[in-house]
Amino acid sequence: MYRFIARRLGSGVVLVAALTTLTFFLLYLGAGDDIARQLLGEEADEAAVRAKERELGLDRPIVTQFAHWLSGAVHGDLGTSWFNGQDVGAAILSRLSVTVSLVIGSTLLTVVFATVLGVVAATRGGWVDRVVQVAGVLGHAVPNFLISLGLVLVFAISLHWFRPTGYTRFAESPGLWLSSITLPVLALAVHGVSGVVQQVRGAVVDELGRDYVRTLRSRGLSEARVVYRHALRNAAGPALSFLGVQVVGLLGGAVIIEQVFAIPGLGQVAVTATGQGDVPLVMGLVVVSAVLVVVLNLLIDLLQGWLNPKVRLG
Amino acid sequence: MSEPALVAPAAVPPAALSGGLRRLLRDPLGVVALGWLALVIVAAALARWISPHDPDEPSAGDILAGPSASHLLGADGSGRDILSRLLHASQISLAGAALTLLVAAVLGIGAGLVAGYYGGWTETAGTWAASLIMALPGIVALLALRAVVGPSPWTTMAIFGVLLSPAFYRVVYAAVSGVRHELYIDAARVAGLSDARIIGRHVLTVVRAPAIIVAAAVGSGAIALQSGITFLGLGDPSVATWGGMLNDAFANIYVAPLAVAWPSLAIGTTCVALTLLSNALRDALERTGRPRRRTARAEDAADAAAKEPVLTHDEPPGGAALLDVRDLVVAYPRPDGPARRVVDEVSLSVRAGEVHGLIGESGSGKTQTAFSILRLLPAGARTSGAIVFDGTELSGLPAARLTRLRGGAIGYVPQEPMSNLDPSFTVGSQLVEPIRAHLGHGRAKARTRALELLERVGIADPARTFDAYPHEISGGMAQRVLIAGAVACEPRLLIADEPTTALDVTVQAEVLDLLRDLRDDLGMGVLLVTHDFGVVADLCDRVSVMRHGRVVETGPVDAIFAEPRHAYTRALFDAVVATGERA
Amino acid sequence: MTESLLRVRDLVVEYPVKGLRRAPFRALHGVGLDVDAGETVGLVGESGSGKTTFGRAVLGLAPVTSGSVRFRGREIGRLSRSARRALATQIQVVFQDPYTSLNPSLVIERILVEPLLAQRVPPDEARRRVRDLLDQVHLPADAGRRLPREFSGGQRQRVAIARALALDPALIVCDEPVSALDLSTQARVLGLFREIQERTGVAYLFVSHDLAVVRHLSHRVAVMRAGEIVESGETRRVADDPQHPYTQKLFLAAPLPDPQAQRERREARRRLRSTEGARP
Repeated sequence: MYRFIARRLGSGVVLVAALTTLTFFLLYLGAGDDIARQLLGEEADEAAVRAKERELGLDRPIVTQFAHWLSGAVHGDLGTSWFNGQDVGAAILSRLSVTVSLVIGSTLLTVVFATVLGVVAATRGGWVDRVVQVAGVLGHAVPNFLISLGLVLVFAISLHWFRPTGYTRFAESPGLWLSSITLPVLALAVHGVSGVVQQVRGAVVDELGRDYVRTLRSRGLSEARVVYRHALRNAAGPALSFLGVQVVGLLGGAVIIEQVFAIPGLGQVAVTATGQGDVPLVMGLVVVSAVLVVVLNLLIDLLQGWLNPKVRLG
Repeated sequence: MSEPALVAPAAVPPAALSGGLRRLLRDPLGVVALGWLALVIVAAALARWISPHDPDEPSAGDILAGPSASHLLGADGSGRDILSRLLHASQISLAGAALTLLVAAVLGIGAGLVAGYYGGWTETAGTWAASLIMALPGIVALLALRAVVGPSPWTTMAIFGVLLSPAFYRVVYAAVSGVRHELYIDAARVAGLSDARIIGRHVLTVVRAPAIIVAAAVGSGAIALQSGITFLGLGDPSVATWGGMLNDAFANIYVAPLAVAWPSLAIGTTCVALTLLSNALRDALERTGRPRRRTARAEDAADAAAKEPVLTHDEPPGGAALLDVRDLVVAYPRPDGPARRVVDEVSLSVRAGEVHGLIGESGSGKTQTAFSILRLLPAGARTSGAIVFDGTELSGLPAARLTRLRGGAIGYVPQEPMSNLDPSFTVGSQLVEPIRAHLGHGRAKARTRALELLERVGIADPARTFDAYPHEISGGMAQRVLIAGAVACEPRLLIADEPTTALDVTVQAEVLDLLRDLRDDLGMGVLLVTHDFGVVADLCDRVSVMRHGRVVETGPVDAIFAEPRHAYTRALFDAVVATGERA
Repeated sequence: MTESLLRVRDLVVEYPVKGLRRAPFRALHGVGLDVDAGETVGLVGESGSGKTTFGRAVLGLAPVTSGSVRFRGREIGRLSRSARRALATQIQVVFQDPYTSLNPSLVIERILVEPLLAQRVPPDEARRRVRDLLDQVHLPADAGRRLPREFSGGQRQRVAIARALALDPALIVCDEPVSALDLSTQARVLGLFREIQERTGVAYLFVSHDLAVVRHLSHRVAVMRAGEIVESGETRRVADDPQHPYTQKLFLAAPLPDPQAQRERREARRRLRSTEGARP
């Protein structure tokens, strides 16, 4: 088991390193030569521009810049913003918890509802099954910013159950915090549930058709044990792989949804940084996202190993 | 990184594509989706001529105007006509999605074909590149690159194509590497076909269906992401886009909430239509492709067989029947035409301590007969007739009482050892679970019983096998474990469905010995399903020969082997002689 | 004396095992076997014995680690893909599973025409040959327009045989060609194999787990276990008087379709097992 974890962790580190390197060269080479001029404006004189370039380290060869950035990054220093001189790490960290709580909240909802609905659809069949399938397809097809717009229109603007926009920190008021993240979490979860429920349903149907299920039944096990203890456990593997992809999607969805609900998360940082061309900040966001995804995949792999002896022992 | 997760369906068996398209046109949802997409495409193509206004011309008097005769859908925050902008924006959306699709398909399918067919380092490289791309949420990667390349919609969509290419790569790779080891590819290679010809003739056909399905899904994703980006205000502001319009309407949501609806509808319906199309395609292409292995023969079967009397050999009077099956019929309803009878008025009996062989070729209904006794038939099967076990009629028995009989008084041994063990649980826990349910033993006592059983069925190291997972033991061992499970509660009847067919001949001999010993020890009756006259000769006391769902001949083994009366039985014996050792 | 049609010596086949620095899996440990023109050699063994790997190595589908595979005096063990393609006219194959050895989406005629077109036979000529081939394997002439799934297992195996015959080869490797078929179908397909050999003089390397089938068809037989040949010789000699204990065990394990004879065989097997138990 430890070797399995070590192997997965190792390949995750390599992946982040590769992605980081690739992105760094794309961003810094792509950013062009006249960044300092853009930052200072057209009227700035040549000497001031040169000074700014030196300050940002842009006068050095790209490889040196990368080495410098990398040595900082491994010590937790992601550099400073080109525009306001703010520390990139601090800027991201202050927003990270908001985005992560959106993603975790919607993931939990997704897991619970997708599992329950998926199993019910697979075992009951009939109209329940058809409703779940159709709802799953529709819910997954509609982009989640449309779903959040719909939720805002109905629950915030028409019914006034929730504030349409804005965010309250948990530390300030847990009640208001809950109320401010309910709609965004729901919007993300609709997308997640409808995607994952189709996988759970399909996987459970597949498992229930397998030979070992017939044999378990022939041994006199109750239908509930056959479904929940055996079939669901085996179905969890494929469904979990899909959940991994889906959660990465939720992270991306959060970026857009934060904009709809005016929530100060990573999405806002990302949109601002991109609009301005603030390369160090963008770079930091890429690193943090990649690390999040790698950690997520590691968690999924661990769960897979726990569920499936072949993965664990192989 | 994790193993490639299959986002979309894996290998769809190749099918006659035209048949698939015909099916698609019979699926109402598929037709609606296709119709809507066609409408959007036509509207986009004719936007210049059918738009009532110039999409970019602001009109100060009409700012945020509601729907009216001159502005059918109203006007936006700058007073521009919403309908005209919607029509023009659909050009960008569709063309952008097409570009994304093209880039993603060329990259993903190309790489998937190469990696799947040649394997080796191309496989490693392809899978790594795919997980590298997928290590970032699409929108984050897009935002990052946009910081460099600027707001051009075409560059964005091309990059997005790269980001979505793993979707194609994964299904194509999975389909091709699945088919790479198919025997027909080996046969083509031996037949002297070049790689290019093999890929063109044999591999592409497999890729076609999954690629089409993914294409529809990727198209939907492309439109969603493109409108997402422009909704964030990161598009080119001089070009009308659905997302950009939504952004404008969202800013004025309190003043003119209806304006949000139009671009939302455009985005939503197009995405939904593409997804529905993808689903309809999957249904249409998957259904045609599935080979109908045995059914074809079984179908003409029951109808063809004339209802002739069962030839019954005389036998010495024995004890009362433990299991008595009378006029058993198993039928599967068909959507078109009458139900298909796979078991047709079968009667047979098994006495205590006796092995009754049920022999026949594939599709003869012998396994279906065995399954129906324990009610293990797949959903949809209809049965009639009487099944009396030890004086109890089983067919109407409530589920709870049947559950107590299953694994209790009636044991079952399946055919394929490996697929009949749950891969996620240890051998031991799969033995312990029913023992506890039936005998009410505690954990420790059930464990002791399971270890005893493993030793009884001839497993050398019971403790080690107890803790092993199914994939860690051999097929022969797995079959012994399944037999141990079947006899765990000392059943009085054992139903064995081809218990040695999947085993090597030397292992088969040992397993047959084991079954004989267990029968002697427990005095149980055995119903043994087989296709092998050697197995019948070795183990059975009586035998019934099945063909086309009916028993044609039944009697003591010695009598039937000495003097087969039915023409079919004789033909089977002749076939044994032709291939066998009695020659 | 001229050399055999197929002459295999010290054949070793190893498959790489996933994971770094793991020893490869050795499927064959130095196997030697000859097949003469026009003869049938049976290769018998249980699952995992390496019998299928041997056939695949002869076909160029398994990696030859060391040893030699000579066909008509020429080394063919490690040919390039293109050099191997040229051998298609000489060595052909019939696989076990008639469901997966035919591409389900191609009609029979396309399947049969393929090897001919690859050898640059003109299309018209190729189609004529296909009609002739279908006739040779006793399939109706209109079979060419249908898909594999419209045929039963036995008929599909006839198509596979027709494909193997298309290029008029000198050797056909038959990998368990009847074990997926029903008993009565088996007998007819085996009859077809024999008929074809009598007419064309093709040689068979007949791989099977089923002693009865091998015995029925083979002139000589070799018995494999764990990647090695433990015994080989004339079929009658090996079958009636097996020398190696494993061969004895293998023959006695196969149940006879006759209750009385099987009782005797079972006793014989018991005796063999008790002597085996005496010397572990």
